[in-house]
Amino acid sequence: MDTQIKDAPPPAPQPPTAEQKRAARGATRPGDRIFLGLSRGSGILLLVIMAAIAGFLTYRASIAISKDDANFLTSFEWNTGLVPPKFGIAVLVFGTVVSSIIAMVIAVPIAVAIALFLTHYAPRRLSGPIAYVIDLLAAVPSIVYGLWGALILVPHMNGLYGWLNDYLGWTGIFSWQGGAPRSMLTVGILLAIMILPIITNVSREVFRQAPQMIEEAALALGATRWEVIRMAVIPFGRSGVISASMLGLGRALGETMAVATVLSPTFDIQSSLLDPGGGTFAQNIASKFSEASDLGRDALIASGLVLFVITLLVNGAARMIIARRKEYSGANA
Amino acid sequence: MSNAVIAEKRPSTLQGARLPKWSPWAIAVGSVALGLGISAAAGLDSSIQWALIAGLLFVLGTYVIAARVEGRRQAKDRIATSLVWVAFLLALIPLISLVWSTVSRGVKVLDLYFLTHSMGLTADSEPGGGIYHAILGSLEQVGLATVLAAPVGVLTAIYLVEYGRGRLAKAVTFFVDVMTGIPSIVAGLFILSIMLMFDMQPFGFAGSMALAILMMPVVVRSTEEMLKLVPNELREASLALGVPKWRTILKVVLPTSIGGITTGIMLAIARIAGETAPVLLLVWGNSLINANPFEGAQQSLPLYIYQQYANSAGSGAAYDRAWAASLTLIAFVMILNLVARGIARWKAPKTGR
Repeated sequence: MDTQIKDAPPPAPQPPTAEQKRAARGATRPGDRIFLGLSRGSGILLLVIMAAIAGFLTYRASIAISKDDANFLTSFEWNTGLVPPKFGIAVLVFGTVVSSIIAMVIAVPIAVAIALFLTHYAPRRLSGPIAYVIDLLAAVPSIVYGLWGALILVPHMNGLYGWLNDYLGWTGIFSWQGGAPRSMLTVGILLAIMILPIITNVSREVFRQAPQMIEEAALALGATRWEVIRMAVIPFGRSGVISASMLGLGRALGETMAVATVLSPTFDIQSSLLDPGGGTFAQNIASKFSEASDLGRDALIASGLVLFVITLLVNGAARMIIARRKEYSGANA
Repeated sequence: MSNAVIAEKRPSTLQGARLPKWSPWAIAVGSVALGLGISAAAGLDSSIQWALIAGLLFVLGTYVIAARVEGRRQAKDRIATSLVWVAFLLALIPLISLVWSTVSRGVKVLDLYFLTHSMGLTADSEPGGGIYHAILGSLEQVGLATVLAAPVGVLTAIYLVEYGRGRLAKAVTFFVDVMTGIPSIVAGLFILSIMLMFDMQPFGFAGSMALAILMMPVVVRSTEEMLKLVPNELREASLALGVPKWRTILKVVLPTSIGGITTGIMLAIARIAGETAPVLLLVWGNSLINANPFEGAQQSLPLYIYQQYANSAGSGAAYDRAWAASLTLIAFVMILNLVARGIARWKAPKTGR
């Protein structure tokens, strides 16, 4: 590659203002100016796109909300065809939050356990390939998870649903009237399976960076492996695990196709997690979109804006946690 | 106290009493047998139930036995070990099932005919037909998205690594991070809101634009990481020879990191190739072959899977096609992944890190 260097132009004679020129290095020659302009322009383009997303969605949403006869945030209806139209996102907020919470409750402990397994328990020869496979699983498209969930997972949920209904049905949350198990619980389980690889990957990276010296010191003092993990690895990795979980949460919140294939949606809130019904933001957009009128589309865009803001907050928080961690942990240095 | 007793018996070792190596397996076999026995006796037929009983028995058995022989701390350690193993094995079940069912059901109709025909003459509920139109649409949309996103992404990363200081760079970094988390359907809605404004009909390139939005932050992130790996000595040597900075970047920095950058772009392609939601909103799907991404509805592979599942009212032939298309899509994504990782390994910058 260094053969190319010899046809470079000779260095320009330095005028007396060399100090200033060096300060503005990269913008002195025309080639440099163009290149800097291009690359800075791309960066600015990204910001413009983000602003445009927020702007356009807000604009269309405001059109829809101004025509909305019900309270957009608290109404339980979605009737954009009515005159005057009535729609609100209360059901969607509920469904999105509940399915994501189920997914997190299942996925985070298992993902952390797998990450610990890969870093501290698995035989060396096994952990490399397994980590690789988990990497690949993170790349499986969500529609494939959706198809699998709808055709394989749903029929297999009957047993679990019956069992939950028999023993925990008295709580009300786990009562089941015998409908097809296309409900929030199945959605949550499927989402958990989908976000498992991401959370595992990030947590594994964090655990692997845990300071070796402290672990060895603890072992030398006679700590068991579990004590080492509890005292040296987990405290070190806590913020990393939190941010990994929030990345997974962001994905669960915005997941469309897996929910759309598995859930049999209704626009109301089911008191039981096992009875089919409810909906999430993304699923509602995907399944209502094709029949929506003009106003209906704007209403869906309005609900998309809410989803956008929620995921923005979740992801922003996750990034802040990661950034803060970088500052105080000297382990990477 | 049992420790002390046993330690007295074997004064030559400093170690406390340990269970033999085979004991976890023995306890596992015992608890599975007991779990099966209990569920058979109680007439429980769900496989989840006996697995649950066996699992509980295993954890309890391990704790009690280990606590008696080795002491409480060791028992806790053993429980943690078995829980970690259980979590791992538990997670394997759905993932293996996913891969297995896709492969075993996908190969049923996956043949040359399937890959080279469209759904133009086949109703969704009938057997026959294929995914040629979907593959074509996917390739065009993803290709155009890559053409849009890759240069912007790489240039942004160059800006961040080579030039970026100050507030603009910080803002770009932050928003790239945030952009990574945009749900795909929101990217679709954004392009849709523009299309609504100009009263446009769905077409392939609209999908490409949404996919490009999803792809850009991924490319920026990975390229940034790769550029940071290029040793500063190389840059300094080139600059010291009087080479302008832009030529240094083009001729020294990029060639050094091109392997990693290619890998990042390919992984990003693999990610967007499976996106359904924006394509559903913007490209609509089409059972006919439409090779023009700039006019008219197109099909794409993930959307095809969804429509075969959703619009066919439970027809077995449609499900078979959906599985076969899934297998094709997964194969495409996996091959991209494997090739990308291969390139990364082969072209990794020799930094001796």
